[in-house]
Amino acid sequence: MTRDMNETILKLTDLRVEALSGAVLVDNVSLELKRGEVMGLIGESGAGKSTIGLASMVYARAGCRITGGKIEIQGEDVRVLDAEGRRERRGQRIAYIAQSAAASFNPAHRLMDQVTEMPISHGLMTEAEAQAWALELFRALDLPNPDTFGNRYPHQVSGGQLQRAMAAMAMSCRPDILVLDEPTTALDVTTQIEVLALLKKLIRDYNMAALYISHDLAVVAQVADRVMVLRHGKMVELGETGQILLEPHMDYTKALVAERKAADKLAMIATTTREKPVLEGVDVTGIYGTFKAVKHVSISVARGETVAVVGESGSGKSSLARLLVGLLPCVTGEVKLHGEVLPPSLKDRNRDTLRKVQLIYQQPDVALNPRQTIGEIIGRPVEFYFNRSPSEVKARVAELLRLVGLPEDYAGRLSTALSGGQKQRICIARALAAEPDIIICDEPTSALDQLVADEILKLLKQLQDTLGVGYLFITHDLGIVRRIAHRTAVMLQGEIIAQGPTADIFAPPFHPYTEKLLSSVPEMRTDWLDEVLAKRA
Amino acid sequence: MKLFGYKPTSTAWLGLAIITLFILVAVFADVIAPYSESESVGQTWDDPSWDFLLGTDNIGRDMLSRLIFGARMTIGVALVTTVLSFLIGTTAGFLAAVGGTAIDQILSRIVDVMLSIPLLIFALIILSVFGSSIMTLILTLAVLDSTRVFRLARAVATNLVVMEYVEAAKLRGEGLWWIMRREILPNALPPMISEFGLRFCFNFLFVASLSFLGLGIQPPYADWGGMVRDNGKAISFGLPAPLWPALAIAMMTVGVNLVVDWILSINSRPSGASAEM
Repeated sequence: MTRDMNETILKLTDLRVEALSGAVLVDNVSLELKRGEVMGLIGESGAGKSTIGLASMVYARAGCRITGGKIEIQGEDVRVLDAEGRRERRGQRIAYIAQSAAASFNPAHRLMDQVTEMPISHGLMTEAEAQAWALELFRALDLPNPDTFGNRYPHQVSGGQLQRAMAAMAMSCRPDILVLDEPTTALDVTTQIEVLALLKKLIRDYNMAALYISHDLAVVAQVADRVMVLRHGKMVELGETGQILLEPHMDYTKALVAERKAADKLAMIATTTREKPVLEGVDVTGIYGTFKAVKHVSISVARGETVAVVGESGSGKSSLARLLVGLLPCVTGEVKLHGEVLPPSLKDRNRDTLRKVQLIYQQPDVALNPRQTIGEIIGRPVEFYFNRSPSEVKARVAELLRLVGLPEDYAGRLSTALSGGQKQRICIARALAAEPDIIICDEPTSALDQLVADEILKLLKQLQDTLGVGYLFITHDLGIVRRIAHRTAVMLQGEIIAQGPTADIFAPPFHPYTEKLLSSVPEMRTDWLDEVLAKRA
Repeated sequence: MKLFGYKPTSTAWLGLAIITLFILVAVFADVIAPYSESESVGQTWDDPSWDFLLGTDNIGRDMLSRLIFGARMTIGVALVTTVLSFLIGTTAGFLAAVGGTAIDQILSRIVDVMLSIPLLIFALIILSVFGSSIMTLILTLAVLDSTRVFRLARAVATNLVVMEYVEAAKLRGEGLWWIMRREILPNALPPMISEFGLRFCFNFLFVASLSFLGLGIQPPYADWGGMVRDNGKAISFGLPAPLWPALAIAMMTVGVNLVVDWILSINSRPSGASAEM
């Protein structure tokens, strides 16, 4: 096998993937990948990015079929191979790294066994060789204690480490092509940087080629040489990364780039003069077993203002929300609503206090009962808190649907028929149905596409202006904080390390951790990653 | 043709046909049966003839009529038992999942105790003590069977209570009953329905076994298990009499199982077909 730099190692010609229902998921997409090259696939969800990634391994998800086109790996047409032939190419020639590392590891086996399983079962290496190679990969991926790392189980390592272990697993057969499907999307910004840098190094050092699938242009810009923009299964634009970022040709690409840049540059909103706080947590501490998730935190939200809580995963942001609503009883301190101390446990709170504080979840899919109609979901709080008659409930549901920008006839549908953004709108409508003073938003946009997330944020802002509701906004995305939060609290290991008007938090002098967070947000420049890494080294 | 939005397989159609036939027979027993349930109309174990299509039984009653009335009794008792068992088991199982650790521990340990005693022996003891009226039979079987239903209902509900929509209902201040009925039940239905079919089969066989042992449905009512027992001796004379009720029991069990298999295959099928591998 020659390692010629100009060798085309993956070639897709007029690839077509269809669902069994007849919907076209990928419509005549062609691409060519040379050794040493990284191509970014960009687009919203449903654009066909992952489908292309999987199809290049001649695999289609349940309910889909590859119906046309040619897939060539190093000049060999792999679509004509039988199941055994395909199995042999997968892993050895082309390997896949999925978004959720946690879901890709078997929790019952040690990491080393899972990383060495593939080369041994393919008969490529002996166990000793495979282990030696795995150790080399662990070292290359900068994993802690590489010699003993493999003895651990998946739940014993952090999310970022698991993602790197998955990269090691994908690399175990020394494939020529890596398909990276949103490998850093589930990670927070500080971890994302490390994983990005290592993946980039890995691809360069072992002279591979890669398809990098992501919805975030700024992330792709750091690793990809060329970028393909996709929409509804069709290619919109293909170009050098610099060209896509600086002078996109197509309107859709321009919109994507503009949206992402706007997020970087948008002026911070001015701090409002504060009204009296409505919801206050004073010196609250929350524990799971013996683990202190939240340690002596004080925070308050008034009507009409947005207070952001930022921090990486595991910093105690969500636990703080659970403390405030009473799902997790506080062991020290107290929660006050309109100056009155609330009982620590949810069961002892009365209906009216429950009504005044509502919660919006990160995953709208699991926050809506799949067997209830939208009308039932939104109507229930109206009926429950305000004792309205069925016809009044119906009228109110229609009004709420209008308010969140959905057609009134959605009331009769099941939520399962809606898109992620629409589902989140339903969640917002359900929260508004209670006519709350405060809505606690727990990462309401992080499961959504960028453009959709943006619309949700606009909606939340507009609702705040008209209804005067206050938000406690939990997020790991600093771009969002800058745009919507009047005040910001930065959390680290269960404590608030900095709190104040957003403008102050985002201006020097920074707390060292805030600075690290801020500098970890990917920027729309191709040299950003290298710059940050150079600065930190 | 589709049923509840799904296309039954050919074996499912066969099962549905058997079940429908038996249920129609049970409902219209009075109209269909040529003779009455308990009247002796012939000699002991007459051969099949135009008068008695399946012959007569040990005391000269028409076998076909007995089978037809037996369908009503055997299927009816098993059905009522299963419905009752599901009402008790599902409510208790959901309560254990939703109501918190204390309730869960109490209910689960009670069920553990009941499960540790072999079902047949337990039923025999209770029925010998309290006598074997149809009411006690149904109640006893329902309570014993509900322990199995409890296990499944609790397992299914435990997976559902961690969903955020249930948490949202709790945050709204909803009571346990509402959460169980409106948030959990609709999502737990698919596995519970197929379990209903299996439990029905089991109860049906159990009623038949108890009757066979003499502790189930009592004479003069006809029931298939009892009929096997009454006519059992005929087999040593080379006569087919006990085979007819045994065949009915087997057909009903197979029929229900064919339908349950189909329902189970719907539940376990991903929303599409197999992947292209």
